[in-house]
Amino acid sequence: MKAGHGEPVIKAGRGAAPGASRAAAVPFLLRWSVLTAAVVCWELAARARGSVYFPPPLRIARHARDLWFSGPAGHLFLTSAGAGTILPSLGRMAAGFALAGVAGIALGIAVGRSRRAYALCNPVLQFARAVPPPALVPVFVVVFDFGTPMQVASIAFSAVWPVLVNSAEGARATDPLRLQVAAVLRLTAPERLWFLILPSALPRIFAGLRLSLSLSLILMVFSELLPGSDNGIGFTLTDAQTRSDLLTVWSALLLLGALGYLLNTGLLAVERRLVGPRTSAGRTA
Amino acid sequence: MLRLDSVSRHFGDQHVLDGISLTVPDGQLLSVVGPSGCGKSTLLRTIAGLLPGEEGTVTLDGTPVTGVPDRLAVVFQEYGRSLLPWLTVRDNVALPLRRQGLGRAARRAGAEAILERVGLHGVARRRPGELSGGMQQRVALARALVCRPALMLMDEPFGSLDAGTREDLEDLLLEVHRSDGTTIVFVTHDIDESVYVGDRVVVLSPGPGSRVVRDLPVGLPAERDQITTRSLPDFVALRTEVGRAVRGT
Repeated sequence: MKAGHGEPVIKAGRGAAPGASRAAAVPFLLRWSVLTAAVVCWELAARARGSVYFPPPLRIARHARDLWFSGPAGHLFLTSAGAGTILPSLGRMAAGFALAGVAGIALGIAVGRSRRAYALCNPVLQFARAVPPPALVPVFVVVFDFGTPMQVASIAFSAVWPVLVNSAEGARATDPLRLQVAAVLRLTAPERLWFLILPSALPRIFAGLRLSLSLSLILMVFSELLPGSDNGIGFTLTDAQTRSDLLTVWSALLLLGALGYLLNTGLLAVERRLVGPRTSAGRTA
Repeated sequence: MLRLDSVSRHFGDQHVLDGISLTVPDGQLLSVVGPSGCGKSTLLRTIAGLLPGEEGTVTLDGTPVTGVPDRLAVVFQEYGRSLLPWLTVRDNVALPLRRQGLGRAARRAGAEAILERVGLHGVARRRPGELSGGMQQRVALARALVCRPALMLMDEPFGSLDAGTREDLEDLLLEVHRSDGTTIVFVTHDIDESVYVGDRVVVLSPGPGSRVVRDLPVGLPAERDQITTRSLPDFVALRTEVGRAVRGT
């Protein structure tokens, strides 16, 4: 993190170069060729084997489309089953992730800016972070009973730690010289937070948010696997499994993979937009 | 008027400044020179009210300095760290104007005017990281000047610039000082520079426990020129004297 506060001129030059050269070294088609090859192998192997437990990927994709994505354009192509499965899951995940994000950033910055708070809270944070998140779900079942509040709480409580810890580290690493500059400019506390501490911590905050996002997805599915849930992707997964509908199980897995990929890509785009200007000077020139 | 009365500082059991007393009249450009590690930066941060407490008193126009005083500006050596890379050049420069209760448009106009003044044209919407070191230090100077400071402290401001850029900025500083009459405390380890920009040169002894070992008025004409001034016999004599004092011989 120290290096992130280096001289922007140098940082800008180096920051822009590796990304650009990496993209150029592996052209678009080549980058997707490994995935394509893997899918082709899977398809051929599954067809040759003909097992009902391992359907070929094209059949899985077709099944997923028929099940969830063959609806009218006005409904974003979602069928009623698609809307009833995907939207509740995404809604709970969004609520949990948003709660975790807001609470994690706010508490993290507060803890990171106070040396005493950091010293007092750090052991607690390290402990809380070390507990495997799904292990906490039974606790939330007891507190909230089954249903959406329990699911949202499980997601939020598990996803909050990476953002919190990273925001605290980010805020703690604020360049002391810049804090002196803020003092000389006699910035008020909110101005100092907005113009200095938050932007300096932003790369670390996003590192935390990315971890939290994948945890949110995991906890979303996990909390829906439990008895008491009656909709969502995780519920579909267990429901199809009890009916030995392996095609739907595989479709749900495919859907989860695609969702995870899309959400992460979206978060990266937001990050590039907010953190970008300082590292890639050429981009805004 | 800036007044230091036997200011001493310790960091742990390390003795940094030992009874520094100085009076800087309004409008003077005081060069403070000394070997590296002699506590020049500590002295500057003490005057700025960034290191309150300890022995001795600093008073600015009769008021003791306990926190960062009004109408004080500081230019640091590390322009890359002192400017905020996520703000545009204009927003960096406009930042101090928030304390003056100006609206956004007035702040931006003020920033653009001062940028022109320090010789930066058409860079207001760029980010500091896109500019050369010399230009970034001009931005830092603009940010210091934008709220018309009564006292400007400069901590080896041109120390990490190449020779040509450095001379340009020295001349810019002299020009600004002549027209605004700001009181300036200019810390440097460069002996020639201390004589060239200063109205007066104060030499600190090497640490630990730096003291003022020499206090010399600079009798050079106010109009200074990089070539002519530096070849004047008075300049050469003065730089020799300062050099001897810095080396302790």
